[in-house]
Parts: sequence; C-alpha cells; structure tokens
Amino acid sequence: MFEIFGIPSQALFGQLLLGLINGSFYALLSLGLAVIFGMLNIINFTHGAQYMMGAFCAYLLLQYFGINYWAALVIVPIVIGVLGILIERLFLQHVSKLDHLYGLILTFGLALIIEGLFRNYYGSSGQPYQVPEALQGGRNLGFMFLPNYRAWVIAFSLLICLATWFAIERTRLGSYLRAATENPTLVRAFGINVPRMVTLTYGFGVGLAALAGVMAAPIYNVSPQMGSDLIIVVFAVVVIGGMGSIMGAIITGFVLGIVEGLTKVFFPEASNTVIFVIMVIVLLVRPAGMFGRTA
Amino acid sequence: MMERVLDPLILQRRRETNASFVIAFAVMVALFALLSFVAYPVFLMQALCFALFACAFNLLIGYVGLVSFGHALYFGFAGYLSAYVAKHGTISFPFWFGKLIWLSIPLPAQSPALAVLVGTATAAVLGIIAGGIAIRRQGIYFAMITLALAQMMYFFALRAPFTGGEDGIQAVPRGRLFGYFDLSNEMTMYVFVLVVVLAAFLFIYRIINSPFGEVLKAIRENEQRTISLGYNTDRYKLVVFVLSATLAGLAGSLKALVFQLASLTDVHWTMSGDVLLMTLLGGLGTVFGPVVGAFAVIAMQNYLAPFGQWVLVIQGVIFVVCVLMFRRGIIGELAAFLRVKL
Repeated sequence: MFEIFGIPSQALFGQLLLGLINGSFYALLSLGLAVIFGMLNIINFTHGAQYMMGAFCAYLLLQYFGINYWAALVIVPIVIGVLGILIERLFLQHVSKLDHLYGLILTFGLALIIEGLFRNYYGSSGQPYQVPEALQGGRNLGFMFLPNYRAWVIAFSLLICLATWFAIERTRLGSYLRAATENPTLVRAFGINVPRMVTLTYGFGVGLAALAGVMAAPIYNVSPQMGSDLIIVVFAVVVIGGMGSIMGAIITGFVLGIVEGLTKVFFPEASNTVIFVIMVIVLLVRPAGMFGRTA
Repeated sequence: MMERVLDPLILQRRRETNASFVIAFAVMVALFALLSFVAYPVFLMQALCFALFACAFNLLIGYVGLVSFGHALYFGFAGYLSAYVAKHGTISFPFWFGKLIWLSIPLPAQSPALAVLVGTATAAVLGIIAGGIAIRRQGIYFAMITLALAQMMYFFALRAPFTGGEDGIQAVPRGRLFGYFDLSNEMTMYVFVLVVVLAAFLFIYRIINSPFGEVLKAIRENEQRTISLGYNTDRYKLVVFVLSATLAGLAGSLKALVFQLASLTDVHWTMSGDVLLMTLLGGLGTVFGPVVGAFAVIAMQNYLAPFGQWVLVIQGVIFVVCVLMFRRGIIGELAAFLRVKL
C-alpha cells in the first residue's frame, strides 16, 4: 500500500479500473453510433435501449433456457442485431430521405416504446446477473486487486473495437462501406447493393450495443433504464470525438472513461458532469471535435 | 435599409393569414374561457404552461429548424429560481474574493411578479450561455449538445443546495400579485396565467411574422444561401435561441407557482422529450399546433396515469406514428385541409 498525491493507491487504481470499464462501454457504444451515423445519417437514439435489451436478453436466456454467459455473448448480439435489422426495414428506411430531425425523433420514440415495455414487466429495480464461473475471483497485483471479470471486459471490448476498426479501415468490405458513406449513388452504380449494406450496418451497430449490454450485465444490475442515462453520456463522448473517425471514437471512449474515473478520486462532486464540461471546452476550442472533420 | 416593395398578391395572402389568425385566436380564447367552467383549473393552468413551453420550443424547431433536446433546462431552472424567490425571497451569488463569498440580495419574499421575472431572466442567461455553445455545431450535433448541457445542469440541480435535491422546493406560496390580487384563489391564478400565456403567444406570433422571423425561415430552408445573402445567421440563431429559452423560462416560472413546486422532473431529459412530443403532435412550424399538442399530451398523461409505464409506450407510439405518416401534426393537417395558415 502506498500513496500517490495523498490518495491511497488502492482507491486510485480502483477508480482508474472503473473508469476503464466505463470507457469500454463508451467506446463500444460510440463506435456503434459512429458506424450507424456514417451509413444511415441518423443518430440512433435507440442505442441505449438496444444496449439494455442486450443485457436483458442475456438475463432471460440464463433464467429461462439456462444458456450461459459465453453462449449469450454470441447469441445476444445476433438476436438484437436481427431486431435492429427489422427496425431499419420497418421504420428507419422510410425517413432516410427526410431531414435529420425525423430520424432522431423516430429512434427516440422507439427507445421510449422499448423502455416502457421493459419497465412494465420488470419494474425499475435491477435484476442480478452472475459473473460466469471461469471469471470469478481476481488477482492481487501488489498495488491493487484486479477482479478477473473486469479485466476480461476491458480486454475483450478493446479487441472488439480494434477488430471493428480493422474490418472497416483495412478490408475490402470495409472499403465498400466507406465508399458508400461518401457517395452511395456512385457505389450503387458499381453494382453494389447499398440499401442492403445500410441495413446490415445498422444491424451490426446494434449488435455492438447488445454485446456491450451482455458484458455490462454482471457489472451493473440489469434494469430497464440502464441505457437511457448512459446514452446521453455517450452522445457527449461522440460530440467530443467527432463522428468522422472510427479510431477517434474508440480512443475518446476509453480516455473519457479514465478521466471520469480520475475525477471520482480527486473531485467526486464533478464526476457526473466532467464529460459534459470537457464537451463544452472541446466545442469552444475545436468545434468539429477532436477527430472530426468540419462539415 | 432597402425599401420593401410588396407584391399585391403577397399583401392579399398576408391579409388572409391575418384574418384566419384572428378567427383562430378568438376561438382559442373563447375555448379557454368556456373550459374554465368545465375543467379543473389546475389542469388548465398546467396545460397552458406547457402550451407556452411548446410554443417557445416551436419557435426554434419549427421556424429555424434547430432541434433542441435540452429545453427542460430553461423550463426547470426558471421554475427553481422563481420558486426560490417566492419562498425565500433571497438570492445568493457565489463570488470569489480570495475565498468563496456568497453575496446575498435580499428581495421581498412572496412577490409572484418578481419571482416570475427572476425565473425568466435566469432562463435568458442560461439561454445565452447554452445557445452560444450549441450554435457552434449544426444538425444532429446541435441536438446532442443541447441534450448534454441539459443533462449536466440536471446533475447540478441534483447536487446544488438551493434546489432541495430529490425533494425539490415544496410549498411555494403564490402570494399576492402586485400586492392586490390574491393568487391562492384558483380562478384569479387561472386568469393571471391565461393573460401571461396569451400575451406571450401574441409576442411569438409577432416574432414569426416580423422581418426577423422571415430571416429565421430563410435559415431553416437554406442556411448557406442565407449567409450568402449577407445575413449573419449565427447571430440570428443565438437571438432566437435566447428568446425561445426565455419564453420557456416564463412557462417554467408560471408552472412553479401553479403547482407550488419546483422539482427534478422539470429539468430531466424526459421533459425535453415531452415538449418535443407536444410540438410534433400539434404541428411543427404552426402557430396553434403546440397549444393543441400540449393540451392533448397533458390530457393523455392525466387520464392514462393509472396505466403506469404504458404512458411511455403510448408516447413512443405517437412519436413513431407522427414521424411515419403524420408529419404535419394535428393543426398542420387541419390547415392543409382548410387551405389556410394556422
């Protein structure tokens, strides 16, 4: 046990770890938002609800079908992703030609419906979700205690983020995607089915949110409003990072998580607001965001 | 200024617009007078406050095309300040003179006019700050920034000592207006609220139909072209943002007096969603739409309250239906049917 700036190392690293965990979720969610925004040109307000559905889906699978965490990690993003594809086909494609405003309102309405339905059946209290057996316990690193599950969340979300970045920036499919983001009409002229790509992109972004939900289930309680408060912070993260770059979304997510964790140590009163304050400062200094391109 | 030459056709259309406005306004005032005999005064006053809130919101979304997702900030904080002034009568400002000093301005407590004034002024100041930050980005970012700023102030309201945290400011006295009218009488209070809301409504109508309002609509249609015509669009956007925030603050101040309560509900983001719903349902960019939308949504929330969380679901469904097949809203559809401007 030692102290840094008068703060016991346990507390400092403990909050840093929590910050990294939050940062993992910020990164996964803002990544999904950025990918969806790139293709569909809408800001997906349903993202928080889809994250919540991911957590609930994992909970229900375990509760009623005995399907464990590892299987849920694969099944849930697919199930919620398919639901997302349905939403895109049924609703979102009808507003793609309209003003941004309508996509925002539509997804906001969908988020209300989903949250209302879940609150109806599960109330506002949270449901517990067990940490999978293989990841229970933790290890003592000398300067702090590291729970295995939390280490796993950070490592796995980092892996997913980097894989997504690789898929979009370095593969052929990703290059189609980027091209379609720039100029959909031209890409269609090359014989690529852009509407299908848009649909699948939405499904993929939603799947990322659901995956974050599954990973969050053992850490936070599974509750209907777990998404709606988080999504507003993620919006601020997206504004800070700028939605122009995939890597930007990932880095901003993790860094802001850490900053938030540090604020909890040094100035706890401001821990809820620090990300918003950073957003204001970034807007004053660099209106386009840290990694954004000016529109 | 260049002298404006008006086409006779435009003049005629303007006269028709004026005529339909006068008729619709008279109908509205008559309805408010009649309703006071039938409905609960508190329900009516609540609906009126929200009608003003929605009209202020519509000024931004309907006429400039700016989607603010954080209007609860002005509504709620104005409510807090006016409730605080009406109840405690003192305002304290933190100042930094080497150490933190609270400078207190003692005000006569229980003066409702002053309370409303202070609340409205607070909203104006918040509007200048938030607007100055938010108009630096357009479109979707604007919505996200206003939402984030409002959420930040929500956490501030949760922690700040003067808001009373989870309890809010309760048992706010309504007091006597100008030392004469006793506002604890529901009917007197109703008349007070009605007069203020109608005056604000006419003010908004005047803004929309002024040369300033024409520039706002030009920004909505094509901001780049408006800039190329030599207008400083950022300044126009900031002014209208502050106007909208101020009027939202007026609505929030009145609501705090009506319910004798200022609470966290009014600064929460769900309130920003509610006002968006009212405006959308009534008709974006229509003068009377927000009023109709506010009455519809408030009535729905009151009557459906026993169904608990289904209210949320129903609101969501209304959003989706409005966006997918009913984008003009109630008044917008009615105006299109009657071929008039409402």
